[in-house]
Amino acid sequence: MSDVIDRPPARAGLKVIGTRPVRPDGADKVTGRAAFGADFALPGMLVGKVKRSPHAHARILSIDTRRARALAGVKAIVTAADFPDLASEEYEAGEGAANLRDLSQNCMARGKALYDGHAVAAVAATSAAVADAALSLITVDYEVLPHVIDVEAAMAPGAPLLHAHLFTQGLEETPQAPSNIAARNELTRGDLAEGFAAADVVLEGRYVTAAVHQGYIEPHACVAAFASDGQSQVWSSSQGQFMVRTFCAKLLGLNASDIRVTPSEIGGGFGGKTTVYLEPLALALSRQAGAPVKMVMTRDEVFRATGPTSGAVVTVKLGATSDGRITAAEVELKYQAGAFPGSPVVPGSMTALACYDVPNFRITGWDVVTNSPKVAAYRAPGAPISAFAVESAMDELALKLGIDPIALREKNAVRDGVKAAYGPTFRNIGYVETLEAIRDHPHYQAPLGRNQGRGFAVGFWFNIGGESSAAVHVGEDGSATVVTGNPDVGGSRASMAMMAAEVLGLPVEKVRPIVADTASIGFSMLTGGSRTTFATGMAVTQAAQKIVADLKRRAASIWDVPVENVDWLDGAAVCLDPAKAGLPPLTLAGLAARSAKTGGPITAEVSLTAQGAGPGFAAHLCDVEVDPETGHVTILRYTAAQDVGRAIHPAYVEGQIQGGVAQGIGWALNEEYVFDAEGRMENAGFLDYRMPVASDLPMIEAILIEVANPRHPFGAKGVGEAPIVPPLAAVANAVRRAIDVRMTELPLSPPKVRAAIDAR
Amino acid sequence: MSKRHVTATVNGDPVEFLSDPGTTLLDALRDGLGLTGSKEGCGSGDCGACSVIVDGRLVCACLMLAAEAEGRRIETIEGMARDGALHPLQQKFLEHAALQCGFCTPGLLVAAKALLDANPDPTESETRYWLAGNLCRCTGYDKVVRAVMDAAADLRQARA
Repeated sequence: MSDVIDRPPARAGLKVIGTRPVRPDGADKVTGRAAFGADFALPGMLVGKVKRSPHAHARILSIDTRRARALAGVKAIVTAADFPDLASEEYEAGEGAANLRDLSQNCMARGKALYDGHAVAAVAATSAAVADAALSLITVDYEVLPHVIDVEAAMAPGAPLLHAHLFTQGLEETPQAPSNIAARNELTRGDLAEGFAAADVVLEGRYVTAAVHQGYIEPHACVAAFASDGQSQVWSSSQGQFMVRTFCAKLLGLNASDIRVTPSEIGGGFGGKTTVYLEPLALALSRQAGAPVKMVMTRDEVFRATGPTSGAVVTVKLGATSDGRITAAEVELKYQAGAFPGSPVVPGSMTALACYDVPNFRITGWDVVTNSPKVAAYRAPGAPISAFAVESAMDELALKLGIDPIALREKNAVRDGVKAAYGPTFRNIGYVETLEAIRDHPHYQAPLGRNQGRGFAVGFWFNIGGESSAAVHVGEDGSATVVTGNPDVGGSRASMAMMAAEVLGLPVEKVRPIVADTASIGFSMLTGGSRTTFATGMAVTQAAQKIVADLKRRAASIWDVPVENVDWLDGAAVCLDPAKAGLPPLTLAGLAARSAKTGGPITAEVSLTAQGAGPGFAAHLCDVEVDPETGHVTILRYTAAQDVGRAIHPAYVEGQIQGGVAQGIGWALNEEYVFDAEGRMENAGFLDYRMPVASDLPMIEAILIEVANPRHPFGAKGVGEAPIVPPLAAVANAVRRAIDVRMTELPLSPPKVRAAIDAR
Repeated sequence: MSKRHVTATVNGDPVEFLSDPGTTLLDALRDGLGLTGSKEGCGSGDCGACSVIVDGRLVCACLMLAAEAEGRRIETIEGMARDGALHPLQQKFLEHAALQCGFCTPGLLVAAKALLDANPDPTESETRYWLAGNLCRCTGYDKVVRAVMDAAADLRQARA
């Protein structure tokens, strides 16, 4: 079956798409019935806990577990010695490649602890109290080593070395000595020197962002049960049950087919649950103990050992003519990867200039390991960081040239047919439309008061497609079940049910969507990259279309007419044969009731690799007020326009935008990893790592621009990630205009803002 | 360590359980009584996912010892819908799409109920400050605040 549909149907023809029904999993979630990772239990279940390194960088000389093993109630203890010592191998298992050796060593330190919080041992015991006691009885002999967390310090010659085997990739010549620089990447176009020579103005800036955590409210949690016949089951909260299965199999040397992973409800992920931390440990403990093992992280563990995204330093040099045409851009990005290579500096580089049609540029990225938790994907990985730098620089350019910031973006905007800075040629994009929507919004002309400022910024995210499977089963009562393999983080079951209902002609309440375990549906890439509504939605739509084709065949057979003479209209087969005029339509329920005599159960499954995900563009406008006494920044008003292709369930699309904006505001104003002199995280809790609360934010107005994606049956584009890209700069640009000082280092916390005001 | 026998009322029903002196009310609810609707997001009283109402007062169940529940009247998310009908707050959360992952939702609903019990006509600011103890990372609070204020309006009308 082709995954290419020439033209999505006009909105006028749609009955379900674009409406706002109550989500199918809603009642479970407002009554407390929904079962998340920590809510699952098995009889005879043990409690698993992790012993973690208190040092940012230390050689593990020995681990003595004898006293812990002797404690009554302790059933299993594992260290790196209980896992295969894997070779370095890149494995494609989700949004990007993972190195299996690094993943294994991140789950359990081998030889060296590379960050404060790095797992060194795990226990399973009959109670949490016994497990805690056992952890304190495990003795680890460390040789503490010098550590390095700051990205530029880690790049400097003579910096403490994390990995003796790490030689920088992407240089013209492979270096002779190892370093903390894992890789260099570069994107270029045109002639940079010529571009800057043609400029009337040249601006340079250096921008710094702090490491921030995804901040999902649900800590990582799982239950693993390893049976004596080698078959095992895992129940866990993740963005992909197939990802969990693959990684557990690889890290434990098991067959993937011997592991069945059932996804729980997931309490937020934002990219942070696209990898494993606990599941392989729980399986190894369960194998040793012969009993199911449950593991749940504390918030302290979530901060110290999972996520975050990179802290970074980005320099930007822009050249432009006096009328605002960009002639050249040079961007250099240095991203912390944490303890193992793999920062999002590549997507950060690829997105840096994606909104602009620039004739000459060079973008250079550096992926740098540091003694901090291995970074995990975080919503549009890498893009908010580079956008903070480039959009701040664009705002400075607008100020310097005396050009309206939106007009400056319009003048340099990418449009259909323009080759993107990262390679492909844009088609069917709605970028300029988002600029126009903000320009024409009353917010843009609203008066501002004293100490107030208005900031504008734009953002881009690729969005992806990929492998998805979906099944549709028609029940004998005329209902339908939609089965997919994608955990629902933000309401995707609603959009799956709506797409199926649209095709089948059923009311959406008659369609029940479920997310199945790895044994019950075909392979699906994890929920990430803003792919689910696009790619899995395509599989659902095609499966529903197969059902309709089947129902039409059955109706044709009942009526004894050629199938070409049967149409499907409003959930029923209609006979078009003039010889049989007046036959009443055969409804889906009626056909379902007769399925045994017309070919058996009515069911269809589609697996595909979806291509043609439309990119997302966003334009954001933010008003702030700065308290000159305290330096505190209040967000007064926020308006966000985004090209969403077509909103399947507009309320949840708005929700994605509002949530992304809120996370971006937190990144801009408050959030950061703070380390002490020994490299220990000082603020590993929600009191000191301050995410936005309700009283920090105004209402967030989301404007949905619908430039349909012709590659999706209903025109959808991914929407979840683009909204976190512009806010960092939108806030910083607003502060710049409120206090007349350009602040280049996030977060814009009160002491820093106050100091900037004092220094002006 | 001897266990303590605790008798309390949860969602109108008498309950009794044994708890270690260090067991939190949240653990007693979740592990002892099987009421897993209250969530643990932090264990330090900062996220509000474990919000319950004890003798009319909004508390974080992770900050209260189970033994302190002796003789108390406890309301959890599981008791919010009555006789098979959702509470207006629950209904409005669904209508306004005021949840995404849903993990913070039980705590937000319990906190919002405590708000409306105390103040049937909250302003947007009052609503935002009351809910400032409940972290939500998905929604940006926009639809949550709208849902709570809409439910408040409906409840006022129902009482009028």
